[in-house]
Amino acid sequence: MENLDLKNIKPYGDTLNDGIIQMSFTLPVPPSGKSKEAAKLYLEKIGYTNVYITTMEKAGESFSFFVAYAKHNTAINFEEIDVPEIEVKIRSMKEIDNLIEKYLKRALRVVGACTGSDAHSVGIDAIMNMKGYSGDYGLERYKQIDAYNLGAQVKNIDLIEYAKQIKADAILVSQVVTQKNIHIQNAKDFIKKAQESGVIKDTILILGGPRVDHKLALSLGFHAGFGPGSKPSTIANYILEEKLKRESIEI
Amino acid sequence: MRSIIKNYATVDECRDYANKIAEDIQSIIDQHSTESVERTTLRFMELDGVSSDGVPLVNTLVEKARKKGVLSKGIVHLIGAYYQLEEVESIQEAIDEIIYDSEVDWKLLYKTELTTSTKEELTIFFQNRYKKLEQVKANKLEKKNRLKVGKEPLKYLIVATGNIYEDVAQAEAAAETGADIIAVIRSTAQSLLDYVPYGATTEGYGGTYATQQNFKIMREALDKVGERLGRYIHLVNYSSGLCMAEIAYMAAREGLDYLLNDAMYGILFRDINMKRTFIDQYISRRICSHFEISINTGEDNYLTTSDAFDFGYTVLTSQFINEAFATLAGLRKNQMGLGHAYEINPSIPQSFLYEFAQAKLIREVFPEAPLKYMPPTKHMTGDIFYSHLIDALFNIASKITNQSIHLLGIPTEALHTPLLHDRFLALKNVDYMFNAFEGFENEFDVVEGGLIEKRANQILDDAHQFLKDIADRGLMSVIGEGKFANIKRFPDGGKGLDGVFQKNSDYFNPMISLLEK
Repeated sequence: MENLDLKNIKPYGDTLNDGIIQMSFTLPVPPSGKSKEAAKLYLEKIGYTNVYITTMEKAGESFSFFVAYAKHNTAINFEEIDVPEIEVKIRSMKEIDNLIEKYLKRALRVVGACTGSDAHSVGIDAIMNMKGYSGDYGLERYKQIDAYNLGAQVKNIDLIEYAKQIKADAILVSQVVTQKNIHIQNAKDFIKKAQESGVIKDTILILGGPRVDHKLALSLGFHAGFGPGSKPSTIANYILEEKLKRESIEI
Repeated sequence: MRSIIKNYATVDECRDYANKIAEDIQSIIDQHSTESVERTTLRFMELDGVSSDGVPLVNTLVEKARKKGVLSKGIVHLIGAYYQLEEVESIQEAIDEIIYDSEVDWKLLYKTELTTSTKEELTIFFQNRYKKLEQVKANKLEKKNRLKVGKEPLKYLIVATGNIYEDVAQAEAAAETGADIIAVIRSTAQSLLDYVPYGATTEGYGGTYATQQNFKIMREALDKVGERLGRYIHLVNYSSGLCMAEIAYMAAREGLDYLLNDAMYGILFRDINMKRTFIDQYISRRICSHFEISINTGEDNYLTTSDAFDFGYTVLTSQFINEAFATLAGLRKNQMGLGHAYEINPSIPQSFLYEFAQAKLIREVFPEAPLKYMPPTKHMTGDIFYSHLIDALFNIASKITNQSIHLLGIPTEALHTPLLHDRFLALKNVDYMFNAFEGFENEFDVVEGGLIEKRANQILDDAHQFLKDIADRGLMSVIGEGKFANIKRFPDGGKGLDGVFQKNSDYFNPMISLLEK
């Protein structure tokens, strides 16, 4: 794009650098001219200009819901942002199976669970169950992956013990509930226990969940993190490549 | 719109199979009780409160009896024997004292035969408590009658802040913007607690603890807002997990309207022992049947776990089984809020036609049931605008197939527990669709031999085949093969089995006798 300065990027509405943002929020006061003005002032106070409150609706007796468009002058230096991203090749299940067989010469053992009090097995199931997710088969379907899905509400220590017992190559920890950052607390607890038990040394530790990204996972001590929309084959590819890297095998 | 079921005899046979399946299990239920049922019995006797270290008194007492190995005649037997042997004036005094008496000779209590007069006194004691619950029910019905209930599909909204007082503020706002039913989502994993927390609570994860005090606070708030709006606002909570029957009692006591209560959900999705679940669901449903509480079953979970397109028939199968169990527990058809969901992958061509087929089929199979239709969750992403669109189609499907209870789809599904304006937008969406599609079903018909009709009859046939198979081989063994939701569970596995016991021939429990009338 002409005139695009990556050192100073801004939201794009219909013109480069117009800085237009759409927003919606609620104020705990009933709708009135005053409330609408309050919404506008609020946005101005946090630095927006050209504030346009497009609607004010009564959301219960004492609440007003607003949709607003406004401009903001802040720019971001895109070039200096550092976000570690997992770079893996895109390979099909068959390709992955073949590579495991050819280079690692044995099936990989992967164990996964949604740990702590979290009762949602939906994430771990999407990655591990035969059926998979979004047309991408789950790890159980891979010929060269022995996948063990322990389900939800599994204690961190139980998952670790299980992994030790089967000599897992990788452990998948899913965290779905994020209220009051319980997912972070629990992930930290997992890493602490993984360190104590020693599995951290030779097992690939992977964190997944709707509020997880690679950066967060790394900061907590995992080897990789996968956020929403991640597909089973991406994770299988990552495990394969990480395993090859660790065993210094070049393909 | 004409019926899409080609052969009603198939439906009748499905019911016959389901009845056989449930009756086989019922014979096990009748011979057993659980610690949770005994605790429910104590709650029925109005034993409430917690010890200094926060343990509910009902747990303390039942646990004591279990440790001494004297529970098989029931907790009431022990209280009755204590009343007979000790110098106490009344049953009430016996309860008050037995808890704190450190010198109870439990073995002696167990061996003591209850006299006819003790049994009579106990029965009267229970009858009096029963009357109080009937009074709560009468009040509830009076309010419902006077304030009037909204039009079906009733709009069901969830609050889940973790703090009951914050929940009240959100529930009030939801009611003011049109909600008919408020569900207070429970704190994650409460289903696995083998006790019911006590008092008003302000901390929870992913939801708010179900406690009797929290029920009371929310019920009072909804009554107030209902009076102001001139519309009855229903209250929902969860009678699932390890304390099904206790929660059912608390709900009866505080005037709740619906309880999430499924004969198999705990087994499959919470790994609670089968026997434990079957027994607890029975007593909990007995309570519901007497005190005008409708159940909501959890078939939507099959579709979030397995694929909604391939496993649609497991929903119908489970609904038949839930209906059969509910019938054995005395529930009327119009108290059976069987569940299902709009969960087919939106990228599948003609997905709406398939959803419609399933929703209409279920409506036709269970014409009197207050069916509960659950919104899409599995295929929702962070794109709230797209999610809002999927919800719009769900709303249309619900309206034109005449579902009874409509759990609102929220555009921020999969992101966070609903914010106040997420709910507002969801209600606006529903209002638009319900209004726009009013009377639609009277103007259109389903094509004979078309995709919808074929799909619906295929699901029915598959459910028929599955039910036949279960009836032949028994529900427990089929669950053991992972035929429901791809999850395998075994009769001696799962949580809570140690709380199941066989009833002695002298088992005595006036609560159950009253509930089985």
